[in-house]
Amino acid sequence: MRPQRLLHDSLLAACEADGGAAKNAVIVEGRAHTYAELFDAASRLASALHDRGVQRGDRVAIYMDNTWPCVVSIFATLLAGGAFLIVNPQTKSDKLAFILEDSGARVLLTDAHLAKEYRAALDGVRAKPAVIASGMSADEAESFDAVIANAVPLRQRMPTIPLDLAALIYTSGSTGNPKGVMQTHQSMAFACGSLVEYLRLGPEDRILCALPLAFDYGLYQLLMSVRLGATLVLERSFTFPAQVFARMRETRVTVFPGVPTVFAMLLAAHGREPLSFPDVARVTNTAAALPDDFALRLREVFPNALIYKMYGLTECKRVSYLEPELVDAKPGSVGKAIPGTEIYLLAADGREVPAGEVGILHVRGPHVMLGYWNRPGLTEVMLKPGKLPGERVLCTQDHFRMDDEGFLYFVGRTDDIIKTRGEKVSPVEVENVLHAIAGIREAAVVGVPDDVLGQAIRAYVVPNAGASLNEREIRAQCAARLENFMVPRDIVFCDDLPRTTTGKVSRKALLENPPA
Amino acid sequence: MQNDIDGIRGKVRAYILENLLFTSDASQLDDDASLLERGIIDSTGVLEIVMFLEEEFGIKVKDSDMLPENFDKVESIARFVGRSMGTA
Repeated sequence: MRPQRLLHDSLLAACEADGGAAKNAVIVEGRAHTYAELFDAASRLASALHDRGVQRGDRVAIYMDNTWPCVVSIFATLLAGGAFLIVNPQTKSDKLAFILEDSGARVLLTDAHLAKEYRAALDGVRAKPAVIASGMSADEAESFDAVIANAVPLRQRMPTIPLDLAALIYTSGSTGNPKGVMQTHQSMAFACGSLVEYLRLGPEDRILCALPLAFDYGLYQLLMSVRLGATLVLERSFTFPAQVFARMRETRVTVFPGVPTVFAMLLAAHGREPLSFPDVARVTNTAAALPDDFALRLREVFPNALIYKMYGLTECKRVSYLEPELVDAKPGSVGKAIPGTEIYLLAADGREVPAGEVGILHVRGPHVMLGYWNRPGLTEVMLKPGKLPGERVLCTQDHFRMDDEGFLYFVGRTDDIIKTRGEKVSPVEVENVLHAIAGIREAAVVGVPDDVLGQAIRAYVVPNAGASLNEREIRAQCAARLENFMVPRDIVFCDDLPRTTTGKVSRKALLENPPA
Repeated sequence: MQNDIDGIRGKVRAYILENLLFTSDASQLDDDASLLERGIIDSTGVLEIVMFLEEEFGIKVKDSDMLPENFDKVESIARFVGRSMGTA
């Protein structure tokens, strides 16, 4: 048995297993690719990355849809000794430019149909990465297929050790700019092992992934699947649910990961035309709390599945899960620490909090990030000295309480981050775009409760005197600069915004006493 | 029939421009552009289009009809509506 020290050791192990090379690694929108194909394509792209200057520790940006080239790019980067970062394909040029600049990516792997955004982004980047694009490219970017066809597979093992970076996972920050969570091979390989253990998964599983691979919840479906030598059924998105459902039936998917918005849509569809997926044995939820009545109704759609409620944050991948057998006994709980890790609640002054009282969640384990790339100050806020000399634990800044049996209940966030459709949105990031629109004097963004979205984004906008602004123009400018899920659903014009005593706009007051 | 399709196509294009692209500049949207690849639609976008079609054209869109071949392009949406009205 090959030791699983590095994240991509799983791919080598899957290929070496009995019958493993010929087994399907991924089925992408109906097209199957074996483990041998994945290893071959990734090895070729790895040597092509070396040819384009990638050395041990270098970052490679992947700005792609959920596609076969995206899967190949992830493993190619690791085989080449680099660290990958995946950017959501909905990302617009300004933010992409920021991420490319911040990460110092040496190569950008992308899709030709995203050319409009990535070309604009590259204009703003000082050290231009080499660009390889899949699909029909109309510009100077090299063709992904041609690069792979012309490369000689990399045979040399890189001197990567488990403490090296495997990935930067960019996540929304309350300051407005995204920040790159540094995860090492050790932390990610550990997290994979812990997840497949408590989810009780095996090599015969077929795991659905219709969540973006840029989202760590989506990414880990791939990593877990390869870890198990199982098969990933990769779909572009949940945009066309009927297509995803058909594929689930065709490929007899056994694991269905979703977020509450996906489950809300699924249950609504079930209400119109009954749905049943008897092959599915595991249903998982994270990113936002699954309403208790959802769990009940999901049993009609997934009659043979264990339902997992989980909680996590990118900074440690996952914090906790509730044993599926306890869903009825512990309503509202997100369970206990994932295997091999520990959680505890501390008050603001650092003292331990007794059962039943609210405290700040702390997480200890090998899955905790190394810090934020280029952000030592922010890292200090989230990583605190632990119990042992030199150790650092993750202070999540989220409020929780624990019952007397140690089960965890989410109480609230301490920042203003909005969770919509399972995505984290920084109100500052949306406000920055609003403030750049001519005619807007001031704007504030909050999340308001919504049955399907979890929270919907509402923008309060104060126009300049005499400015002629309408909702449509504001939305158009937001849509040009923000991912779709960040575009405000509601735009409310008002004369002024409520303030704190220090004169800052108060989002809390906006929620409690919305301006008429 | 061709006239009907042209009329439907115009209405569909105008709706998407106005409500998903937030513009009335028709040059922003080709009838054969992939709405998915252009990042114009996601799951809520598809539902918005379906609600519009049901209201505007009096058709009933089944969940099982909500597939890329019917909804990824202005042209395919127009043809789907044409078929649905023809069989209604």
